[in-house]
Amino acid sequence: MPTKVLVPAGVLGLGFDDEALARGIAAAPDIICIDGGSTDSGPFYLGTGTSKYARSVCRDEWRSLMLAREAAQVPLVIGSCGTCGTHETVDWMFDITLELAAELGQSITVTRLYSDMPTSDIAKALADGRVNPLVPAPVIDAETIHACDHIVALAGAEHIQAALATGADIVLAGRTTDTATIAALPLLRGEHAGAVWHGAKIGECGAFCTTKPSSGVVMITFDEDGFIVEPMAEDAVCTPHSVSAHMLYENSDPYILYEPGGHLDVTAARYHALDARQVRVTGSQWVPAEAYDVKLEAARIAGYQTTMLAVIREAQYVSRVKEWVDDLIAYLHQRIARNMRLSTDDYTMEFRLIGVDSALGELETRQGMPTEIGVLVIITAADQETATDLARLINPFLLHHPLDSQGDLPTFAFPYSPAHSERGALYEFAMNHVLQLDHPMDGFKLKIDKVGHGKAG
Amino acid sequence: MAKLGDIVEKIRAKNAGPFWVTVDIFCGDTGRFDDVVSRLDTGRICTLVKADPQTTRRFDIEDLAVIKFSFVRKEVQGSRFDRDMHGAQMAVLFAELDI
Repeated sequence: MPTKVLVPAGVLGLGFDDEALARGIAAAPDIICIDGGSTDSGPFYLGTGTSKYARSVCRDEWRSLMLAREAAQVPLVIGSCGTCGTHETVDWMFDITLELAAELGQSITVTRLYSDMPTSDIAKALADGRVNPLVPAPVIDAETIHACDHIVALAGAEHIQAALATGADIVLAGRTTDTATIAALPLLRGEHAGAVWHGAKIGECGAFCTTKPSSGVVMITFDEDGFIVEPMAEDAVCTPHSVSAHMLYENSDPYILYEPGGHLDVTAARYHALDARQVRVTGSQWVPAEAYDVKLEAARIAGYQTTMLAVIREAQYVSRVKEWVDDLIAYLHQRIARNMRLSTDDYTMEFRLIGVDSALGELETRQGMPTEIGVLVIITAADQETATDLARLINPFLLHHPLDSQGDLPTFAFPYSPAHSERGALYEFAMNHVLQLDHPMDGFKLKIDKVGHGKAG
Repeated sequence: MAKLGDIVEKIRAKNAGPFWVTVDIFCGDTGRFDDVVSRLDTGRICTLVKADPQTTRRFDIEDLAVIKFSFVRKEVQGSRFDRDMHGAQMAVLFAELDI
């Protein structure tokens, strides 16, 4: 019996078409799955255990999905809650769910899946030879692991299945692979494993696999031989090209996708237009692995930053900006050594020239003469106080440094006061490794709550 | 001499996780795909983006008329010297490449 998975959008917080969602519910899905996160916005969110998207927006969209779940009477699953999928953001989604359950008068079972891995456990696993590098992997040891603010493991289909097995109406999952929430139920029901993982990859970004990505909602129907993908917005269509091209997206290999417990191989996949809107895919293969590996993500503090921005409009400075900035940097290093007793090992300061090469740096191939240039100064030091003290030292020279020491002092445009902004901690991704598990649930935790039955917890 | 971006339909770049960036060149049809495949030298691309040829991956996907390159990021996403959190601006280098 086919399994229908409704995917309302690529991520909670990005928005979806309400009419398309209603059409999806009317089509009687077996489960509703949405992603809540990604590493794509950088390491800050994992480092701090916070969401990229606004709580009010996530709450508003989650309200629509909780109503849709009630109408459909099927499970609603979100993976990678709150961007990073740490226990803080799983609990953040739980709080939102509690508020909405009370507001909507729903009595439901909510199961939380935690993907956090304690640093001490990962350090021990490293010592035991169960943490293995991917390409490229940062060098790690027990010390670097203990320095991480958060380490999460990407849950797979087995973890979502375990959460569903608790009788959950809603599953709030910590960090999860993009595909696992979608794959879990069809795999349980015995649909074709290759088709399941392939369809899950095609559907994981919602309507990105259609001709109208902003519409959000797609239905993936899995069976024992393949899957069908169909957009729920009336003005969107899926074509063999729009569907097959999605395997390219954010994927370094267009044919292979690694998941906990094996990998998907779509080399032999065939894409067939059923009609003007729906595409059927067959021929994808799931290749089980001997070991059960989960990918790890980790973030740690790599320093503290203070930034400054100045704008240069004066034509001779614009035309000779690289000469100016090189001279300024050399001068500043001297001043910093003399006045602050810091060596260049203690800090970095970058002058990124907006209008020249700030996006591409040394890769930039174009040269032109901009009207004005923004000078974004990024200072990084071991602590915030030092970074800001460096900014205060740099301030008058960023404002007045002359090209010609004999000439008048220029005064560039500072857009605000104070001219510096404290960015706080700079986080970095510290691992690109997998953790080998004896059992898929090792290290993962489930928490089950009856909500709206009088008392949570 | 034409720019690659003027020949093909679309070029996009994006992170593939924090440690890789991937570039998809959608040629549009088989004729342009065959033409670009024959003229696009992987070594020249590695020089363009200062990537290590040993780890660079290239896929010529005839069915989609797509040429895909995946590169190890020189700066890990979001690290101190990273300039482009999402890795998307790299596509411009390909679009502006003389071919």
